[in-house]
Amino acid sequence: MGALIELQRINLALGDHQEQRQLLSDISLRLEPGQITTLIGPNGCGKTTLVKLILGLVQPDSGKLIRQPGLRIGYMPQRLHIDPTLPLTVRRFLHLAGRYQEQHLIDALTQVRADYLMDNPMQQLSGGEMQRVLLARALLRQPDLLILDEPVQGVDVNGQVELYALIAELRDRFGCGVLMVSHDLHLVMAGSDNVICLNHHICCSGHPQQVSNDPAFIALFGRKGADTLAVYNHHHNHRHDDHGNVISDHPHEPDDHCCAGEH
Amino acid sequence: MADFLIRALLGGLGVAAIAGPLGSFVVWRRMAYFGDTLAHSALLGIALGILADIDLNLAVILCCVLLALLLVSLQRKRFIATDTLLGIMAHSTLSLGLVALSFLPEVRVDLMGYLFGDLLAVSQEDLYWIYGGGILVLGMLYKLWNPLLAITIDEELAQVEGVNVTQVRLALMLLVGIVIAVAMKIIGVLLITSLLIIPAAAARRLSSTPERMAAMASLTGMVSVCLGLAASYQWDTPAGPSVVVCAALLFLLSQLLVRRPSV
Repeated sequence: MGALIELQRINLALGDHQEQRQLLSDISLRLEPGQITTLIGPNGCGKTTLVKLILGLVQPDSGKLIRQPGLRIGYMPQRLHIDPTLPLTVRRFLHLAGRYQEQHLIDALTQVRADYLMDNPMQQLSGGEMQRVLLARALLRQPDLLILDEPVQGVDVNGQVELYALIAELRDRFGCGVLMVSHDLHLVMAGSDNVICLNHHICCSGHPQQVSNDPAFIALFGRKGADTLAVYNHHHNHRHDDHGNVISDHPHEPDDHCCAGEH
Repeated sequence: MADFLIRALLGGLGVAAIAGPLGSFVVWRRMAYFGDTLAHSALLGIALGILADIDLNLAVILCCVLLALLLVSLQRKRFIATDTLLGIMAHSTLSLGLVALSFLPEVRVDLMGYLFGDLLAVSQEDLYWIYGGGILVLGMLYKLWNPLLAITIDEELAQVEGVNVTQVRLALMLLVGIVIAVAMKIIGVLLITSLLIIPAAAARRLSSTPERMAAMASLTGMVSVCLGLAASYQWDTPAGPSVVVCAALLFLLSQLLVRRPSV
């Protein structure tokens, strides 16, 4: 099967001709079905712009973006700002995605284990519940490609682990491609098939393990970042302090050996 | 009942009915100040309409839509905060309208009527405008209801899901422009926004769905018109402001009677 989306030497600059700022330069990448691709990079590195470009919300200055014909994209935005004055239940929110039967809504919510939320007002959902509902709305479209902009934002650590596991599970079940954005180094990378490290251009890309040893990656995130990643790959049961040194487990946190390399 | 009272009642009810759903969008999208700015510019539309010798209702709609477009493009440039921009536009267009009218000494303009409305002077022709415009507005709202809700929740998500965001936003501005034009006779440029937002705000606590809130807003507005007209008839108070006072009282009542918004 061919790529869902292929970018060839994409360039994009922001601003008028006097004060141009190159946001993306010479970006080439492929998103494949059944693969989880994670986009990482420091703040302001052009991640959001690249996602908008792939979504078709902005156009490149030059380069080619090839979309598989008939490609259905499910998009999960970073967060929603729904005014509290808008009375909106989860059901009504899901209905806005298009004409779907009640059973489809139930199925979508069940897949993200949020079926109990159907009649809750959107404004009263917790961070994790909101992300699940957004994911359900993206799934309703039976997407070939899921695009998730910082899917674990505002979710507590346990919820984050769960949410990433859920995303991987959905990928397995539907065979869709996944593009995820993350602005710092999370356990997300361990579950990715492909990591793209962006700083206006693609610094390095490849399997998580490979990327974490790449000099360009270490230069961008420092030794600490690379070590943080190594923790995930090797499943060490210790934590690192802000300087990357190993610190001992905190006696008051019994199951501390899971995931948090940095807080 | 006197003819002019019946016409006033019909005119007021018509305007309140269309202001309900549209006002709900103004509240949900936090466009109150935006609506106010457009309303203030209506006076400029009147002056320009007299100068160009075209239908005044048409002139007001045109003026509102053009200003709305100007506002959106200026907002996108982001050289000044939006509320400052709106403040500048609201008061300079109002003043420009007043200055322009003063250059037309041969035309007798009922300034107070335009500023605060003259409900009791509603003519047969005004009624045609109100009901013609009203049917057009409600028809467009019905057709665009779901896309409008979708862009109110998240414009990018809506666009990815296939909504033509630019078109829907333009349509909403056109609708606001039409409502301002037909409501100006009734309630005056300075008070139009109140008829849009107060009934909608009062309806919030009584509503569990967007549709119900829109309908309740219309109903609240219509009750306000009846009460305001009755008060005006009884105590010889100015009709437009009386309607607004009644709407405000209904809003207070809704806050006192219904404790929690049960969505």
